[in-house]
Amino acid sequence: MNLASLKRAAQRLLPSGGWYVIAIPYLWLLLFFLIPFLIVLKISFANIALAMPPVEPVFVWTQEQILQIRLHFSNFGFVFGDSLYIEAFLTSVRIAGVSTLLALLLGYPMAYGIARAPSGWRNVLFLLVVLPFFTSFLLRVYAWLGLLGRSGPLNGLLLHLGLIHEPLQLLQTDFAVYVGMVYSYLPFMILPLYSAIEKLDLNLLEAAADLGCRPAQVFFKITLPLTKEGIFAGCLLVFIPAVGEYVIPALLGGPDTLMIGRVVWDEFFANRDWPVASALAIVLLVLLAGLVLLLQRIQAREEAT
Amino acid sequence: MNERRSLVVLSAMVFGFAFLYLPILAMMVYSFNASRLVTVWDSVNSPTIAWYRELFDNTALLDAARLSFQIATTNATGAVILGTLAAYALDRYRLFKGRGAFNVLTTAPMVLPEVITGLSLLLLFVALEQTVGWPRGRGAVTITIAHITFSMAYVIVIVKARLATVDRSIEEAALDLGARPWKVFAVITLPLIASAIASGWVLAFILSWDDLVITSFVSGPSSTTLPQLVFSKVRLGISPDINALATILVLLVTTCVASAGIYMVRAERRRLRDAQMAFEDGV
Amino acid sequence: MSEAYIRLEQLTKRFGEFVAVRQVSLEIAKGEVFCLLGGSGCGKTTLLRMLAGFETPSEGRVWIDGVDVTDVPPYERPVNMMFQSYALFPHMTVEQNVAFGLRQDGLGRAVIAEQVRDMLALVQLEGYGKRKPHQLSGGQKQRVALARALVKRPKLLLLDEPLGALDKKLREQTQFELVKLQEKLGVTFVIVTHDQEEAMTLATRIGVMRGGEILQVGTPTDIYEFPNSRFVADFIGSVNMMAGRLSVDEADHARIDCPELGATVYIDHGVSGPPDSSVSVAIRPEKIQLSTERPSQKDNVISGVIAGVAYLGGATRYLVRLPTGFLLKVTEPNVLRHEAHFQKDEAVWLCWHGSAPVVVTR
Repeated sequence: MNLASLKRAAQRLLPSGGWYVIAIPYLWLLLFFLIPFLIVLKISFANIALAMPPVEPVFVWTQEQILQIRLHFSNFGFVFGDSLYIEAFLTSVRIAGVSTLLALLLGYPMAYGIARAPSGWRNVLFLLVVLPFFTSFLLRVYAWLGLLGRSGPLNGLLLHLGLIHEPLQLLQTDFAVYVGMVYSYLPFMILPLYSAIEKLDLNLLEAAADLGCRPAQVFFKITLPLTKEGIFAGCLLVFIPAVGEYVIPALLGGPDTLMIGRVVWDEFFANRDWPVASALAIVLLVLLAGLVLLLQRIQAREEAT
Repeated sequence: MNERRSLVVLSAMVFGFAFLYLPILAMMVYSFNASRLVTVWDSVNSPTIAWYRELFDNTALLDAARLSFQIATTNATGAVILGTLAAYALDRYRLFKGRGAFNVLTTAPMVLPEVITGLSLLLLFVALEQTVGWPRGRGAVTITIAHITFSMAYVIVIVKARLATVDRSIEEAALDLGARPWKVFAVITLPLIASAIASGWVLAFILSWDDLVITSFVSGPSSTTLPQLVFSKVRLGISPDINALATILVLLVTTCVASAGIYMVRAERRRLRDAQMAFEDGV
Repeated sequence: MSEAYIRLEQLTKRFGEFVAVRQVSLEIAKGEVFCLLGGSGCGKTTLLRMLAGFETPSEGRVWIDGVDVTDVPPYERPVNMMFQSYALFPHMTVEQNVAFGLRQDGLGRAVIAEQVRDMLALVQLEGYGKRKPHQLSGGQKQRVALARALVKRPKLLLLDEPLGALDKKLREQTQFELVKLQEKLGVTFVIVTHDQEEAMTLATRIGVMRGGEILQVGTPTDIYEFPNSRFVADFIGSVNMMAGRLSVDEADHARIDCPELGATVYIDHGVSGPPDSSVSVAIRPEKIQLSTERPSQKDNVISGVIAGVAYLGGATRYLVRLPTGFLLKVTEPNVLRHEAHFQKDEAVWLCWHGSAPVVVTR
């Protein structure tokens, strides 16, 4: 189809200002999403300066009217040279990974239970999973501050039961971060799992049982493989925000729970080192993009076979 | 279902829902606790509504809430307009150059860590101020722009999903009967996707109302939103008036969501009854 | 046909590389019911959508009542369409649906109300005006869609599989109502369908389509009795199709050697084809007669053995195996009750009239 006839078709069938329909949101996203990135990229190659903004220019017109581009790779060298940053990346991946796994272990049976509940109950339970999402994320994380405190109800309960003799240090530990992560992102895990399990044809399970499969085998050979897409989506939805999370480690984690989101924040706000913060952001972005592409490729390969 | 598995499922559900709701319930209960040491229950003077009273005397908090509400409303409206346009473009114009890039651009803000979005937008605003002199400083305007940028992605997903279910021939029928394209959009398409747009609005509102990280990057000294205020407070430890605030917000949201849920169940029942009626009427 | 009310000139529609409609020229008279018949993907719907204005032709022109409407958008064409899915506006009542088109013309309230009332009466939906589409049965929806499309008195009404969504019983009843309504209003209809029975019942003329082209245009009788190609003969109704060679071709008769039949087919008219050319012979199953005795006629008599019997109620369908091994379909009407049927494995004679076979060359 050539451009003229396409345009004619568009003029005919769509609102006459049809091209603006595309242009307005497109321009918005270009201006406020794509260009900001390019700026981050640019600043990640800049030198820090004592000014506002605290960076040296990258593109400079010299006196001979020649455009000079001053790229400094030192920020990336700094990021990869300092074990603190490497550790922050590793910690982020570990905490996000473990949290995702925990959320999956808890979320799968829950999603299963909801999907198989009597239809009247199903909507109510579904709503109960969604509801926390609508209440403030920050306040829900905050709730754990009280619960996990030295004199909080959890320690109180454990003391009362005689399981411990003095209050445990629960806050400001990785444990608290795991709790906060699973707690905050559990709904993201349950929703895709729920829709995958609900779609599952029950006849398949009955057929498998009819052909002599034991219940556990039915689960591992039929249910699990057929809900793989839901598992995939759920894990992605938990892992991605968890890797870059700031609030949870900042509130519940200890000083040594260094996650990358928190490091970027601190570099930016505390150290005012915009170039290093930008370099960290770029590395995090590449990491995430690589992960998403890898998963896509795995998925594509599975579909192909 | 076999016994062992149903036991696993049942205990996971009991534990899971307790896990989801006990912290919220505890927070609500402690909001009536007279003791300043939030987690120690003062059985003599409790329950008390002292913290609620304090909440409403706290002008800084009320101002922050008002600002957050303003930003969230503007953001939701802007995100819905832009998001609906984008969703419409993606659903209806199958063949335009840069469609793939557009698709990526619309979904990327959802998967991007908030620190990156916040950082990049701040750098943009600084660069813009330097080059074109706008926006002057950071505040409600920059926060709103930042919120629209990331929350419109969610609106796009919701509206696009609904548009995909709209039978195109309904719009063609309206064209065929003499309605001009913009009118078709206004009187046919828009009413058909209205509930998706409403959901998108609510979601965008909540995302903005809740956001801390992006806001912190792009806000200025004169603009403190509610999450920023809460965060600066809870960073120093627990504080009983925050419990009271959380209780109010949770109850508010629960009421809204529950009534929306009940309304939807009723509408579904009515629809089934109508269909039944048509069936019994025959031909 | 004295004047062409609708005229398509060399209409072509391409979607990228794919040619959906290829060089279609067609003339339709005022008040006709014209059926476009074909399987899925034959281009009939694309052709209809070009008439409605939803698709722009890649080449060619469309004329309606002497006006070139090729570049007229759908909302300005004197054409209305009834969609396959009915496409009723789900958020509007029946009345609002029917009134929608009139509103766009800016008619007064009273006029609209009156016309809507009359139209609903015409399709026997009085008292349903306040209902929403989801409160209607399939048949009712179909009639609302029809009323909505007819209320603007279009010069041309397009119907996309108008009865496709109805069950069989309702479809038969609705077919006759549709014909009655069309006669009463005198609106020109163009119907798209894949159902040959529907086309035969409704149409004054049928255009059989395949691969974006119209293979044959004619009355239902023409199409059935004188198909011009193997495809048309095969597509409409049931047929026995045999390959053959034209051996005799005179002005008043012709003979074709059919190896599959093991006989020569006699035809009572000339076919004016090149001598010795390969042709196909088509004989409809109901035009073949079965008997236990050898029939007295000289030509078109062969013998066979009943290989299969299917009792269909109104008729019985036999499969007869010829000595060559070829299987011939034969349909006999069940005129009498308890008629003596032929049994499986029974030896029978087959014969047909000289006018029964149709010779097609493509």
